[in-house]
Amino acid sequence: MPAPATRGTALRQRLAELRGPAVPPQPLDARALAALASNPGCKRRALLDGAGVNKATLASALGSPSAFGQSQFAFMRGNAFEARVKADGGAELLRLVHERMGGPAPDEARVPDLAAVGPEGRTARTALALREATESGGWTLLDHPMLALDVAGSSAFLEPDAVVVHPDGGWTVVEIKSFPMVDGSADPAKVGAAARQAAVYVLALEEVAARLHPAPAVHHRILLVCPKDFSNLPTASAVDIRKQRSVTRRQLARLTRIEDIADDLPPGICFSPDLPPTELSAAVESVPAAYAPECLSACELAFHCRERARERGAVTALGRALRGELGGLTTVDSVLSAAHGESGDPEDPAVRALRRAAELRREALGGPGCH
Amino acid sequence: MSLISALARLEAVQTGRAQPAATARHRHLSDRPLVLVPLTTAGEAGAPLGALVGTDRDAPRLLVVPQPRDRDLRFAFLAELADVVLPYIDTYAEAAESAERNETDPETGKRVKVEVELCSDAPQLIVPSRAGVDYVRLLGRSMRFRRTAEQEPEAPHPAPPRVPLLGRWLTHYGERARVPGSSLLLALTEVLSRHWATGQSSLEDQHLGALLAWIDPPDGTSGAEAALSAELARDERGQLRCPPAGPATDPAFDNKLLAPAIERYDRARTRLAAAEDGLQADDRLAELTAAEHGIRALVESRTRPTWDAVWRGIDLLRALPEGAHVADRWTRDRWSFTGHRDRVTAGEPPQPRHDDAVTAANKLATREREQARLEAQEALDDPLIMAGRRLAGEAFAGEVIDVVMAYSDSKRPSPRPLVTVRTEDRPHLGERTKVYRQLGGKPQAAEFVRYEGQEGAGALFVLRILDKMGRGKEPEAGSVPEKGDHVCFTLFEHEQRGGAKLPDPEETPWTHGGPPGERTESPLPDPVTEEDAL
Repeated sequence: MPAPATRGTALRQRLAELRGPAVPPQPLDARALAALASNPGCKRRALLDGAGVNKATLASALGSPSAFGQSQFAFMRGNAFEARVKADGGAELLRLVHERMGGPAPDEARVPDLAAVGPEGRTARTALALREATESGGWTLLDHPMLALDVAGSSAFLEPDAVVVHPDGGWTVVEIKSFPMVDGSADPAKVGAAARQAAVYVLALEEVAARLHPAPAVHHRILLVCPKDFSNLPTASAVDIRKQRSVTRRQLARLTRIEDIADDLPPGICFSPDLPPTELSAAVESVPAAYAPECLSACELAFHCRERARERGAVTALGRALRGELGGLTTVDSVLSAAHGESGDPEDPAVRALRRAAELRREALGGPGCH
Repeated sequence: MSLISALARLEAVQTGRAQPAATARHRHLSDRPLVLVPLTTAGEAGAPLGALVGTDRDAPRLLVVPQPRDRDLRFAFLAELADVVLPYIDTYAEAAESAERNETDPETGKRVKVEVELCSDAPQLIVPSRAGVDYVRLLGRSMRFRRTAEQEPEAPHPAPPRVPLLGRWLTHYGERARVPGSSLLLALTEVLSRHWATGQSSLEDQHLGALLAWIDPPDGTSGAEAALSAELARDERGQLRCPPAGPATDPAFDNKLLAPAIERYDRARTRLAAAEDGLQADDRLAELTAAEHGIRALVESRTRPTWDAVWRGIDLLRALPEGAHVADRWTRDRWSFTGHRDRVTAGEPPQPRHDDAVTAANKLATREREQARLEAQEALDDPLIMAGRRLAGEAFAGEVIDVVMAYSDSKRPSPRPLVTVRTEDRPHLGERTKVYRQLGGKPQAAEFVRYEGQEGAGALFVLRILDKMGRGKEPEAGSVPEKGDHVCFTLFEHEQRGGAKLPDPEETPWTHGGPPGERTESPLPDPVTEEDAL
């Protein structure tokens, strides 16, 4: 039995083997973590993300390239807006924080330099800066700090847009987004995504705070900064992320430990994109996935998994809601044959309801009207 | 999702073709709808890139903003859009018939009938998808507070004259689209997926190309294959063969084709401005025109497939027979249109940024009422939808096997016949539960009396008919079901009552923010910044 100290090294070694020799790891970001947490039953995603496999490259190598991409217009605007919000030592940003969150007027603020070598170095630098800022009793703006979060046994490094330390020692996560807030309201789907992302940062900050004495408060209201109406002026809104935080925390805890998934794999499995497609496909198939249509907007591998789910005739490919209606019947053929009376236990309430539904549907489509 | 529609989706998977989810068309379709296929610039709020718009499927009008971040070019686009949309709206605003409406007399407080105008038809706007509806709202919001040079001669960047008016109309249409069952502004994907069940999830149904591929696949291919290729197939330049229905464009299009074209346009513009003499200016103007044509061609290449797809979808919907209650709901849309026409002619200010408490409560109450109305009417018009309600225990159909005459206990006994129905459905009937059936277009009420056991596969229910039998001692002919009749009763009401009356806005209680106060004659325009875009 390996000594505990080498366990971490052994896992890292194992994950590097899975990734393939000479393939640099793809770092996990908050968006990926939030997406991962939204489908905690998917071992495939957990393992690939944990091992730092570039899923976009993998999807292309499998012949089902992902359709994610960002328009350079959106990218440019996003960057320009963030720069504008943080201009002048973050004066505008701190004004917004003060306006929405209270506290003394931010006449002066410190913006510590967080540069360091490597993500570990930047994380340590951030932790130090957070401690100093908390003790200083003034406003501090941390521009692109680096935080670490343990995810299913491997470390993820996260980079929030900004973290503000209040004079009372409290910490607030700031999320800067380029979608507009028109008349004080923004697209709920986008706000939801931003909140889930910020919840991940809050979780990571809470870990840093827990190591300080006394532990500073990490605010559960984050500041979402967006362009106001149709202008390029920033406006902000405090978003309560307690719900997202507890959901994400629970889902991250539910993620099966990557080690356990890796241990279940047959030996010699590797996800290097240089491998021939058949071998690669077999490697991917050896890790079970939990495909649902929601994956299409969150996972690079979704088209591949969808194809497989459709080949198997899995009913979840049509939506998670469907699954609940159909009880133990999980494939299209088994549902239809049960509905047409060719299989299934007539005493099973799900089968009985199906047959009645099929009969009513047939009657409505072919038979006489009902009034 | 009800089990019946789930089955339809599974059958679609097995057959490779979309299956009917309705047997009638439940939305009004105008003879001459205005189709709008807008494209927007990624990352910018309300910065259109272009649009195809018009009522003639063979001759859409192409509108393009060659540099979406240029405010003047954007205004020119919006002015052109107003030139297409407003004359179309005007043709409908002019033709009105007289109608009666109940209004409260301000002096006596009594309900009186007033003669008012009702437009005989209303303009209908059709966009490809739900995102298109949201974009119409956003465009409306971005325009309705703008000031024209006439309103404010001093202000910089005045809007072209008819742009604020277009903003008010688009806002009205966007707002009306939130009322269930309304058809003033339709998102084609939503209407199509109401009527057909595909072999993919409802998320994937939001892709117009894929949805149409399932409903009407090209000869020799299955819906699944056609949908997959509509979603993913790319040409040799890496561009989607079936461009997204917008308003968002594909990032690959933005990065590989659009960005270089816009850059060429910008360069040509700078060069033209720097021209030293007339001859050079002519050459450079030609360059600019060529660059602009390049962008127009790009925008047309991304919108034309969607334009054609929208009309194909309209054809498919037209082939379905219209549901019996669709005209009734369209009349409500005509009232809505007429109401807004009157507010515009009366010179009222544009819709405010935020609704006051009373208006907001009224809007919510309307949406709830219309949702209930829509659900009831769709079920009554369509046996397939009724089947879903029957499966859910909210309705039942069966054969009348006995009718016993009975009378009420009052001084003037009225007929209250007892009808025994045998049904294989399992309605959730409790003691004296009210049920309704259609009788000559009106609902007839009955109440559940007792359960009389099973007969074969069916259950026997005794109902007491309560109304619509006339004033006499004997029920009018045809008003009571007879033995052997097939009847269908619902547990839900067919007609919706209005909710409790809300106070006038001036009487808003303090719990709801108090009276909105004097509304400023016209709300302030959005502040103009040095540059709108970043």
